[in-house]
Amino acid sequence: MSQEVLEKPSAHPSAKVYLSIAAILTAITVVEVAIFYIPAIRGTMVLAPVLLLLSAGKFALVVMFYMHLKPDSKLFTAIFTAPLVLAAAVILALMTLLGAWVL
Amino acid sequence: MEATAATPDSLGSSSRLWSWITTTDHKRIGILYGATAFVFLLIGGLEAMLIRWQLMKPDNDFVSAETFNELFTMHGTTMIFLALMPLSAAFFNFIIPLQIGARDVAFPRLNAFSYWVFLLGGLFLNASFLVGAAPSGGWFGYANLTSIQYSPGVNIDFWAMGLQILGIASLAAAFNFIATIINMRAPGMKLMRMPVFTWMAFITQFIIVTAFPVITVALVFLMFDRMFGANFYNPNAGGDLLLWQHLFWLFGHPEVYILILPTMGMVSEILPTFSRKPLFGYPVIVYSGILIGTIGWGVWSHHMFASGMGAAADTYFGAASMLIAIPTGVKIFNWIATMWGGKIRFTTPMLFSIAFIMLFTIGGISGVMHASPPTDLQQTDTYFVVAHLHYVLFGGAFMGIFGAIYYWWPKVFGRLLNERLGKLHFWLAFIGLNVTFFPMHFIGMLGMPRRVYTYSAELGVGGMNLAATIGALTIGFSTLVLVYNIWHTAAKGEKAGKNPWGAATLEWAMSSPPPVYNFSVIPEVTSRLPLWTVGGMNEIPDVPPEPIHVPGGSYWPVLAALGLVGFFTGAIMHSLWVAIAAAVVLVVSVFKWAFEPFEM
Amino acid sequence: MSTAAIGHYTSTGQDTRKIAFWTFIGSECMLFGTLIATYLSYEGKSVIGPTPQEILNIPLTSVSTFVLLMSSLAMVLALAAVMRGDTRYSKVWLATTAGLGAVFLGFQAFEFTQFVDEGLKISTNLFGSTFFVLTGCHGLHVLVGVIWLATLLILSARGKLGPEKAMNVEIAGLYWHFIDVVWIVIFTVVYLIQRGPAA
Repeated sequence: MSQEVLEKPSAHPSAKVYLSIAAILTAITVVEVAIFYIPAIRGTMVLAPVLLLLSAGKFALVVMFYMHLKPDSKLFTAIFTAPLVLAAAVILALMTLLGAWVL
Repeated sequence: MEATAATPDSLGSSSRLWSWITTTDHKRIGILYGATAFVFLLIGGLEAMLIRWQLMKPDNDFVSAETFNELFTMHGTTMIFLALMPLSAAFFNFIIPLQIGARDVAFPRLNAFSYWVFLLGGLFLNASFLVGAAPSGGWFGYANLTSIQYSPGVNIDFWAMGLQILGIASLAAAFNFIATIINMRAPGMKLMRMPVFTWMAFITQFIIVTAFPVITVALVFLMFDRMFGANFYNPNAGGDLLLWQHLFWLFGHPEVYILILPTMGMVSEILPTFSRKPLFGYPVIVYSGILIGTIGWGVWSHHMFASGMGAAADTYFGAASMLIAIPTGVKIFNWIATMWGGKIRFTTPMLFSIAFIMLFTIGGISGVMHASPPTDLQQTDTYFVVAHLHYVLFGGAFMGIFGAIYYWWPKVFGRLLNERLGKLHFWLAFIGLNVTFFPMHFIGMLGMPRRVYTYSAELGVGGMNLAATIGALTIGFSTLVLVYNIWHTAAKGEKAGKNPWGAATLEWAMSSPPPVYNFSVIPEVTSRLPLWTVGGMNEIPDVPPEPIHVPGGSYWPVLAALGLVGFFTGAIMHSLWVAIAAAVVLVVSVFKWAFEPFEM
Repeated sequence: MSTAAIGHYTSTGQDTRKIAFWTFIGSECMLFGTLIATYLSYEGKSVIGPTPQEILNIPLTSVSTFVLLMSSLAMVLALAAVMRGDTRYSKVWLATTAGLGAVFLGFQAFEFTQFVDEGLKISTNLFGSTFFVLTGCHGLHVLVGVIWLATLLILSARGKLGPEKAMNVEIAGLYWHFIDVVWIVIFTVVYLIQRGPAA
């Protein structure tokens, strides 16, 4: 099967969608910084997971929508996800092997 | 530039120096890689000869301890980064586009850039000899021997920056080949119809893309410690010396799969051709390769069993390392099954490939022994490991590459290498390497450590060391036989047609050497073995029915490479103006490159 | 850049340059992953100060983080403008993206000089080494991005950045968003989650 032209890229979102995402990103950042300043949370075991979850949300939004990964071909998702997972594994492995979990 | 039937092939046309310097043709770049890597192979071999000469008897004083350190460091670094990897790259370059039915790689100028950066990086590394400061910290440069405190000279700077430069070359090439293999396959060339060599090369590129960034960071940390007083490997500041070991081996273990997978691919092409039988279990071999590449990421600390990581880490890494023997073993059985019941022709490439199976298995067995932490505690840092690594890298990787040289030589140069000389080369190499490296298993078990410039007669390993040296001389001589063969057949060798071996894959479907445009029409394949299958592919006429556009050359890649390596040269000279001037050359070249009209 | 790739046969129907660039981004994941892994493994282990708790300026960095996030918005708007052939807004949004990136760099330069003043250099302790190399590497990437965007801006000003060049802008965008995403991670794990012995 011969493909003579490039696949038409899936329709890009409108400016409105982009602005909404930007608003969400801002809101999440505000929440993150706010959480940082709440004494009841800072210095507890709760801070890290909550912040990591929120940042993961921002990360996903930018990658899926600004970098257009979600509507695009799964090929790009595969090319990006494998090294990403590997990098996360390296971070966890290195922290474990170098004794970073207990201070 | 329009090419028609009248346009000479990649070799014939302008062999003027300038056309080679500005070439963007993957076939020429492949030849450049091969020739350069071969010269570095000889240099690395010379370093090995000197090592063996020093070690042939106890208490020898042929070279000093410091010189010996430089010799084994440069031997390892040269063989891995300047010989083995670039020889594989030579084949990636020449063969992959032909095997997938493409006219070139995705980014021809980036391809040229990779070659020039490699050449200049190799020269940079070896320039250290000219200033009497060759790297001396081992090819693995453990911290904090490599700190400015314990290695105050520029030896380690040459090493770290040299590797950094070479890493850039490898990474650029990896992006290129991945894009090429994913997107430039001929119609009908589904992924599971690609030749195994292309598949193994494909997997290798992904390993490069993920592993080289890690060593890049490790080397940046080292250079910043040395040049700016950073503390990454400074125990006094709370730094952990094991950080270097982890980062190095996180790269270093995937690196050995980078070294062996391409050869496994080469052998997977040669064995079926000379068995007159398709490769047994093609999908399994592909999946095993993918498994090896993936699991290979999870075993790095088996190089660190003696560093005190604790029982949990030791257990995990030991188990994972043993696990990886499984996909490797599967391939070995598949290769044997390929030959079983086949009509075997014992040509030179076939001999090298059969020897590869045997010798790599021997190396694999000693490797599995190292996978057990308690056993490894006796073997590590002894000659037992030297035996292991040379069986897999020489008996394995290099023997396979020699086979590939004989196999693809007629396609590249249009003439066959001499068979009798080839067989002489083979037997001398085979005998030589076994005489050199088999005794090292015993030398190691008897307690001779690695990387020592001499040893006492009381250890009782003098006789075996002498034997090893004689074996090394045999290996050296065998390589000269190959050099003679090349020289002898350059003018008088038997001319090769399209498919002198009667092989099955696309690279044998056009003249030898191929025309500059590779295929007169784009192939369309319906089979994994297009030349062995009736109706397996369309006919490729000798003359293109329509003019074919072939991109011209460019001088921006070589200039950019000069700028890049010039920057590091300025850094090692501690000369700001050289570094800045070179950076300007690099930036200008990149911009000019980006805006140069270059039509694929 | 050559547009010759369009119209050529491809095995996947996707642009070859885009495939290569996503692969490059994969390698950058490993690069920054290693830097972050080192930062986290060494966090709290410096034997002398200053410590993150003492020296990091969260309000300031929150602002610069916001700036970088908004630059990603500007970037997608720039791409949209180029795709629809809107020459005016192509220039506006490209300039905005590059400008916000430059502002981020300005904040970072200020932060770095502040820290040096307050006694934190790359050679001071583990935190100095890991912090400056990680965030410095990121800053270098931003600088390259700003130069890349400025180049595209100049092209646009010369009328040479029409819809047929959209892929070039899309790829620049992939790069830009990626370094934004890396900063999202850095801001959280370096600035907001501070582990270690209390100041």
